[in-house]
Amino acid sequence: MSAEQTSTLPQYPEKATLEGRNKFLGLWFFLGGETALFATLFGTYLGLRNSTAGGPTAQELFSLPLVFIMTVILLVSSLTSVLAVMAMRRKDMKGIIRWFIVTVILGLSFLGLEIYEFYEYTHAGLRWSESAFASAFYTLLGTHGAHVAFGCGWITALIVRNFRRPLDTYNAPKFYLASLYWHFIDVVWVFIFSLVYLLGVI
Amino acid sequence: MATHTEQVSLNRKQRSGIWDWITTVDHKKVGILYFLAGFFFFLLAGLEAVIIRVQLIYPELNIVSAQTFNELITMHGTTMIFLAAMPIFLGLMNCIVPLQIGARDVAFPFMNALGLWLFIFGGLLLNLSWFLGGAPDAGWTAYAPLSTDYSGTSGMDFYVLGLQIAGFGTLMGGINFLVTIINMRAPGMSFMRMPMFSWATFVTSALILFAFPPLTIGFFLLMFDRFFGSNFFVADAGGNVIIWEHIFWIFGHPEVYILILPAFGILSEVIPTFSRKRLFGYSAMVFATALIAFLGFMVWAHHMFTTGLGPVANSIFAVATMTIAIPTGVKIFNWLFTMWGGQIRFPTANLWAVAFIPSFLIGGMTGVMLSVAPADYHYHDTYFVVAHFHYVIVGGSVFGIFAGMYFWWPRIFGKMLNETLGKWHFWTFFVGFHLTFFPQHFLGLMGMPRRVFTFLEGQQLELGNFISSIGSFLMTIGSIILIINIIMTQAKKEVAEYDPWDGRTLDWAIPIPTPVYNFAQLPLVKGLDPLWVEKMNGNNKMTPAEPLDDIHMPNSSILPFVMSLCFFIASFGFIYDVLIVAILGIAGFFFCMLLRSLIDDHGYYIKKEELAPVVDEGGKA
Repeated sequence: MSAEQTSTLPQYPEKATLEGRNKFLGLWFFLGGETALFATLFGTYLGLRNSTAGGPTAQELFSLPLVFIMTVILLVSSLTSVLAVMAMRRKDMKGIIRWFIVTVILGLSFLGLEIYEFYEYTHAGLRWSESAFASAFYTLLGTHGAHVAFGCGWITALIVRNFRRPLDTYNAPKFYLASLYWHFIDVVWVFIFSLVYLLGVI
Repeated sequence: MATHTEQVSLNRKQRSGIWDWITTVDHKKVGILYFLAGFFFFLLAGLEAVIIRVQLIYPELNIVSAQTFNELITMHGTTMIFLAAMPIFLGLMNCIVPLQIGARDVAFPFMNALGLWLFIFGGLLLNLSWFLGGAPDAGWTAYAPLSTDYSGTSGMDFYVLGLQIAGFGTLMGGINFLVTIINMRAPGMSFMRMPMFSWATFVTSALILFAFPPLTIGFFLLMFDRFFGSNFFVADAGGNVIIWEHIFWIFGHPEVYILILPAFGILSEVIPTFSRKRLFGYSAMVFATALIAFLGFMVWAHHMFTTGLGPVANSIFAVATMTIAIPTGVKIFNWLFTMWGGQIRFPTANLWAVAFIPSFLIGGMTGVMLSVAPADYHYHDTYFVVAHFHYVIVGGSVFGIFAGMYFWWPRIFGKMLNETLGKWHFWTFFVGFHLTFFPQHFLGLMGMPRRVFTFLEGQQLELGNFISSIGSFLMTIGSIILIINIIMTQAKKEVAEYDPWDGRTLDWAIPIPTPVYNFAQLPLVKGLDPLWVEKMNGNNKMTPAEPLDDIHMPNSSILPFVMSLCFFIASFGFIYDVLIVAILGIAGFFFCMLLRSLIDDHGYYIKKEELAPVVDEGGKA
């Protein structure tokens, strides 16, 4: 397709087709289900967070500076995915790709820090089977981390597939949905930051 | 759109036989597969129930061992709920809802097929446990630590993984229906003109969406405890087994509404059709359905009155539970008022629908009895509870399924079920059902605990158990008559005529058999019961809302089958502790997802020239 066709794209190409609208609504429902999923994990964690069974406690382990850096990285990655969607409004495929690449890099650095954090905790004695607290902590954080990893894979696949393609009503919903999903895992992290880390060091 | 037509219309491939069924994304075929697989599991779980009743026909029998008995009750409950009732409803929804709302397809045909195959492979995995070292034996509720430390066989591994896979499938089905109903209704089909079965599907899907993710997590926690040495339910390491009870029932209570709301929806279609009257109190019915679903999420702890949550929690949950009787009562009265003054006919479909009302009502009333927390201390874990939930699930869901089956069989399979055999089926099963479960109320009140594999002589339990077992044999005879009916119906050549029941909704405004694109032209909906509105205006068919045009259809795909197979294989890796198989299976799943993402799939178009003759035929009929 030529540049002319790209310029005839509607203002909101992600919702221009029925398929796009279906995907948009479907992902929102999926995120609703994910909310129930994470709520269950949070409930379990809050029920078990003091059940350390003689092992290391949250106060002994958590270091806020590292968590602060992770939070900033993830929040900024949410911002860069917004910049990608703004590039979509300008029908600028190069901008979309560029900002999503930054998003994935930030997501991967977050994951790197999380792995480092887990490694540190394990060496400080908080092994997975150490206590109910350990199991609940690693399961909640691990599920979130798995979502980040999946998001990185998803966005990378979109970038690779559409690297040399123009923006159209077929691939616009895909990018838009990926950014929605990315915001969701960011929001979950905000809850993890407050309910796990802040509550843990108090 | 025009440019796409040229690009992709040539991609259409004609497939045949088994390959066609495995790769189908057509909601009607997916629905039939859901229905058939669900029916197979229904018979299997029914067989397990009969063995249970044979063991309990006389005191101190030893036909099956206590261990086998535990496996039988666990598999009977689990199979009936997850693999029989829900899939049969999902099958009916798939076949009927797009037609009722005037859609050509569902929102996510690919994901719909994926949901189907995940359910089939999950069910298969669960049932393979019988041959691989013993079935699950901790009850369908799988309370920890009974399901973790005290379950000797690998049965619970199959339970956790099989239901996890089937649960993913159900969740996908739920999201699919929500989006289909919101986005794809025909012109003029506003929410308050939607048939009640579609409304029930919509609300049920919302329940699925919010009830299944907690179960997913519950199963993960159980799985981690069993496979990977985590401590969620290990008291020594600070774990808490009550968390499992909460998570399970936060899912489990909405689940029972997932099982009954579609049956309510079926009744609200069958009763008006055979009373030749519009549904009494349509908007109250919609409101009651939504309210039942809403309240259904805040009553889970009534399953845990005896756990020891304290009087305050128990009182709150008791009152919340009792309030559900109000919207349910609204429904019962509306069905009665629909029949009142109507020209009532009693084909088998309506027999089931009418029999539903008193049977379900009894189950509802014992439900209110159980919701009284102090009284529940006496009923808890007795046969009274068994009688209660069989009255709502058999007298409710299963009767509803049967009503829907006889009603929609011509729509789904293109033939009419035999009415004479249908009536034999009805009377044997109906009488058998009440014989089986009515005495169990009294057995429970007399102190017979549930889940015991035998009972002693001389405690006045002999007569009730004997009658109950005889009743279950009568239900078996009824089910056999149904199977004969189905085989005979499918063997005969005679095809059902157009609109056999003098229907009211859009699902009857289509020729039989249903064309692959459902509606050649989308219909214009002018009111509630749109087909009836047209009939009253002297038309025998719908007014089209659009000119004849090319119809866009999705391509079929083998990926849903392969993806489900990958999870199936991965599960064996986890169960037999061969990590590489588990990793390969999951990697295969993600690889298929990647393929789906990378390969563009624009579907194909059916040319309007191919449609024209079909449209004429439909009009004449």
